[in-house]
Amino acid sequence: MSHNAHVPIGPYHPLQEEPEFYKLVVDGEKVVDVDVRIGYNHRGIEKLSESKSYDQSIFLVERICGICSSSHPIACCQALEDIGGVEVPERALYIRSICQELERLHSHMLWLGLAGHFIGYNTVFMWAWKYREPICDIMETVTGNRQNYAMHKVGGVRRDIEREHVSYILKRLDEFIKNISILKGAVLDDPVLHERLKGIGILTKEDAIDYAAIGPVARASGVDIDVRRDHPYGVYDRIKWNVVTQEEGDVFAKTVVRILELFESVGIIRQCLDKMPEGPIDSNPKDIPPGEGIGQIEAPRGECFHYIKSDGTNSPVRHKVRAPTYMNFPTFRETVIGETISDATIILAAIDPCYCCTERMLIVDGSDKNIMGAEELIRLSQEKTRLIKDKYGER
Amino acid sequence: MGIKEKILTKSLYVFHLSSGSCNNCDIEIIDCLTPRYDIERFGIVLVGSIKHADVLLCTGSVNRLTVPRIKVLYEQMPKPGFVVAFGSCGASRGLFKDSYNTGKPLDEIIPVDMYIPGCPPRPEAIMAGLLKLIDKLNSKGK
Repeated sequence: MSHNAHVPIGPYHPLQEEPEFYKLVVDGEKVVDVDVRIGYNHRGIEKLSESKSYDQSIFLVERICGICSSSHPIACCQALEDIGGVEVPERALYIRSICQELERLHSHMLWLGLAGHFIGYNTVFMWAWKYREPICDIMETVTGNRQNYAMHKVGGVRRDIEREHVSYILKRLDEFIKNISILKGAVLDDPVLHERLKGIGILTKEDAIDYAAIGPVARASGVDIDVRRDHPYGVYDRIKWNVVTQEEGDVFAKTVVRILELFESVGIIRQCLDKMPEGPIDSNPKDIPPGEGIGQIEAPRGECFHYIKSDGTNSPVRHKVRAPTYMNFPTFRETVIGETISDATIILAAIDPCYCCTERMLIVDGSDKNIMGAEELIRLSQEKTRLIKDKYGER
Repeated sequence: MGIKEKILTKSLYVFHLSSGSCNNCDIEIIDCLTPRYDIERFGIVLVGSIKHADVLLCTGSVNRLTVPRIKVLYEQMPKPGFVVAFGSCGASRGLFKDSYNTGKPLDEIIPVDMYIPGCPPRPEAIMAGLLKLIDKLNSKGK
């Protein structure tokens, strides 16, 4: 006889920083099903953006997520530039790419630390966050802020990288690469971690394609997908780099993909600093004509997509955001079923969920009458009774 | 005030509550615990349960779903307890004050003892803020 128990996690739980509610249905130690309840982080950003001017909405989308606060503004700028056909100066594109890769470095280091914390390796947590600090320093040098960079605008960027800063950035990157090489060895050669992470939460290639997983989650399952290569933006078609993929699809493969991507990102930043031409950083576009535009970008967690519709006024008519976790999140249910409760944590952490990115709202239009509310059901029921009454009345 | 506050100043236990923030403040709070800033040298520790906490650190603009939960958490906090509104959103709802899903400001829901402004506050600002809270408690104790 099996007895299913429910294990509630959240909404305020020490496991996660953000409020989110999970219900694990367990049979003994095994997870049988999982349910999720969201909405604790919904702030109505898409609607709010319609009441802001274009310049303001870039600051707004920056605050969708604190970790991707370079990806969302760039995607938003790209959508607006797509509408207006705005040319972005070459130097600005290089600076944008540098910001993007710095963000990927800091996001992956952050994830590595938290993942280490979840499986009880607090040393990895402390190390990863300590080695992340130089990246924050570089960010401060380039953009002026540790977080929420306020760097990007339609038609370019706000701040230039000074020539004397380049040597400082390269020096800090050298230190960083030395540190993460040690970390890479410590993480990837540890037999305990192999035992703990290998074969856990496997997402097969077929499932990854069916669920339309993106970013490191898909790449760890052998799906060779990357917006930077498939739909090049910025300067990614002009520099040499590789898309990192793994075949296994387990938690260990996801860790390996993220660690190896750190090295690729450092390579991209070095090439960008080397090849960056002199010139203006802003093309100062005057207004946005009516039309529709999209912007897509490879955020640290996968593809981030912005759609903007303009009617020629100062603010968008419709602003749609699809953040990467929205696509990766359903794979959690697929991977966690059949695993033990103790592994559920790290399997959830392995997709690197970001709830404040994900919580957009969608209204389903009920005009096709497939959806019935209480009133309609009662009316339908009463109508049937009336029909029967009429039938007996006739006799 | 009493001896309770005086003892509290040696080790503040902090519970971090994210009431619909953008993650930035939360990252900077965790950053304070890591080797460069290391807030634990002042005896300040992040705890997992509100029932162990002396300080409720509340980040983000409060939304309609989290308002009742914040009230419950405040009631469960052992007294004397202190509430810190963290970041621009916690202090004034910031950029999101016009949104349809944003609730009342935090200081109209529960009494707030201190504000740490910034979007997000730097780790140095967080430390300065919490140390000021300790100073405030010390001056009360005399």
